[in-house]
Amino acid sequence: MSRKKSVFESNAFYTVLAIAAGFVIGAVFLQVAGISPVIAYGKLLNSVFSKPKYLVWTLIYASPLIFTGLSVAFSFRTGVFNIGAEGQYVVGALAACSIGILLKLPVWIHIPLCILAAAAAGAVWSLLVGLLKVKRGIHEVLSFIMFNWIAFYLSNYVVNLKAIHSENGGEATRDIQETARILFPESLRDLLGCSSANWGFILAVLAAVLIWIVIEKTTLGYKLKAVGFNSNAALYAGINSEHSILTALGISGALAGLGGAVQILGMSGRLSQFAGQEGFGFEGITVALIGASSPIGCIFSGIFYGAMKYGGSKLSIVKAPSEVVDIIMGCVILFIAISGIFRGLFRKLVKKGGK
Amino acid sequence: MDVIIKNLGLLINATLIATPPLLLAALGSCFSERSGVVNIGIEGMMTIGAFVGAVTGLATENGWIAFFTAGLAGALFGLILAIACISFHADQTIAGTAINFLAPGLAVFLCKALYNNSSDTPAMSPSCKLPKLFEGVFPSGSFWANVLNVYSVAYLVFVLAAVCWFVFYKTKFGTHLRAVGEHPEACESLGIDVYRVRYICVILSGLLSGMGGAFVTLATINQFRPNVIVGQGFIAIAAVIFGKFSPEGALKACLLFGICSGVKSLAGSSNLVSPNLISMIPYVVTILALILFVGRARTPAANGKPFIKSR
Repeated sequence: MSRKKSVFESNAFYTVLAIAAGFVIGAVFLQVAGISPVIAYGKLLNSVFSKPKYLVWTLIYASPLIFTGLSVAFSFRTGVFNIGAEGQYVVGALAACSIGILLKLPVWIHIPLCILAAAAAGAVWSLLVGLLKVKRGIHEVLSFIMFNWIAFYLSNYVVNLKAIHSENGGEATRDIQETARILFPESLRDLLGCSSANWGFILAVLAAVLIWIVIEKTTLGYKLKAVGFNSNAALYAGINSEHSILTALGISGALAGLGGAVQILGMSGRLSQFAGQEGFGFEGITVALIGASSPIGCIFSGIFYGAMKYGGSKLSIVKAPSEVVDIIMGCVILFIAISGIFRGLFRKLVKKGGK
Repeated sequence: MDVIIKNLGLLINATLIATPPLLLAALGSCFSERSGVVNIGIEGMMTIGAFVGAVTGLATENGWIAFFTAGLAGALFGLILAIACISFHADQTIAGTAINFLAPGLAVFLCKALYNNSSDTPAMSPSCKLPKLFEGVFPSGSFWANVLNVYSVAYLVFVLAAVCWFVFYKTKFGTHLRAVGEHPEACESLGIDVYRVRYICVILSGLLSGMGGAFVTLATINQFRPNVIVGQGFIAIAAVIFGKFSPEGALKACLLFGICSGVKSLAGSSNLVSPNLISMIPYVVTILALILFVGRARTPAANGKPFIKSR
């Protein structure tokens, strides 16, 4: 029996359904809290779409999320679960920020150096976990969690070092050198009406396309996917699984580190001390899930999450708690996670109908 | 000599404050993991427990009621995770990640809704908090006051660890839960209701995590803030893997983390070393201990795999 692939079997259908359900549940909570969901969601939409410069802000918010999303998606496709993107993002940001502050170089060396350092830092942070897994059999989820927190405290420690700490007090570093910033030229920023408009989003899209090519069109991607799909079969086919795991983790870590770089070199220009984890890595898990672990999907889910974060930050204006975004996103992940069973049910229905 | 004894007392005191939340969550995690469900949502469950504990503490002025209500809030999220992972065959890590967004988001959301857009609850008076053992018996600041005049739950959790050990190894339910985590198909053919055992274990995990979170707001500090549970849920997971998925192992691992945090809070007050570097100690020690002593932890065979009933 040949039949057309139904809309009920596509990832996109269930993702859209999950997002809708997330918004419905968010609305219920808003209503219970005595806030009109219409006003809150209206503000959310309004703060993203009403002016072009808000859309630019959305893309700025989206850029690091696309990178951490790519990082997690790449790890999903290659059979490891990178729950350590958070830590890799942090060391990436730390590396980019330190080099951005301490070195004085011409633009065409400074920016690539910062970006490479961030990617290398993220890759090393992830590879250490990979080595612990491959050489000592230590559960990667465990070491990722440890490395997330080590990175968090390391970053807070370095931020407070005299060499890079802000002279005017405050709990942040100095601003990085102008030569390390990836901001758009001033005229373009004026035109867009956004002082932080930067190349981060374009870098993120390029990275997504590159990762798509690696996964879908190269032997390397094929090998990594094979190990992720069935490591025994891959071993039988002569693929070195240890080597593959390390390669996959290295690339995944580098992507998360790049997320840290675009955030520092693009939007913030400096690194702050934090009381709790910032969450870019964990949000990357959501981005990867909504994007169905596809690199191109991550661009769109990253923009979606960026819009939710940017719009959410404006919710306090209408006295709605911005945490409603977390509730919606949590529900979206949960619904995507359970969507498999509905797909199964649908398939059964179709079979019955076909008989 | 006096100085040493005094500092030892302080260290024991700090350890008795740092260990209970971890141990409660870790014991819960043992049940869940051994029955074959990875619960990565412990952090979120602890946060909602911390919030509900603080709110009911403020409302009822009774620490015990608050403590158990917080457990129920955690159990509710345990139930959500259980429905998603067991009945709907969701990927367990992903469903747990969802809990980690949902539960803390909800806690802060409700806090803002209840307390005039503030993300912190008001501070609690001591009467709302959990009672202390031997209150006022020993002169304050003395060695015995430091060791014995602590929140009574701090001692109860060690009793609870023994109870968990007993349940795990000496009861029929314990045998069943360990078996369904290894070979659910075989269990099913022997007439064990795999879903029922797993549901109980995951809900139990939520209950204990909720209580662990409540210990932080009802004993350690006296209010809820968005950052009260920084990473303790993840450390509890680490402790369980570190302790090779057994209650007695989790107890040892949690004590190790507890002592590290104790050292951290003592050394932190001396201001000699950066507090950020000291804060790294528990995590670095874990990694080193894993490299040097523990080696390969064998996870329960069916861990993380959805089980689909054959009927």
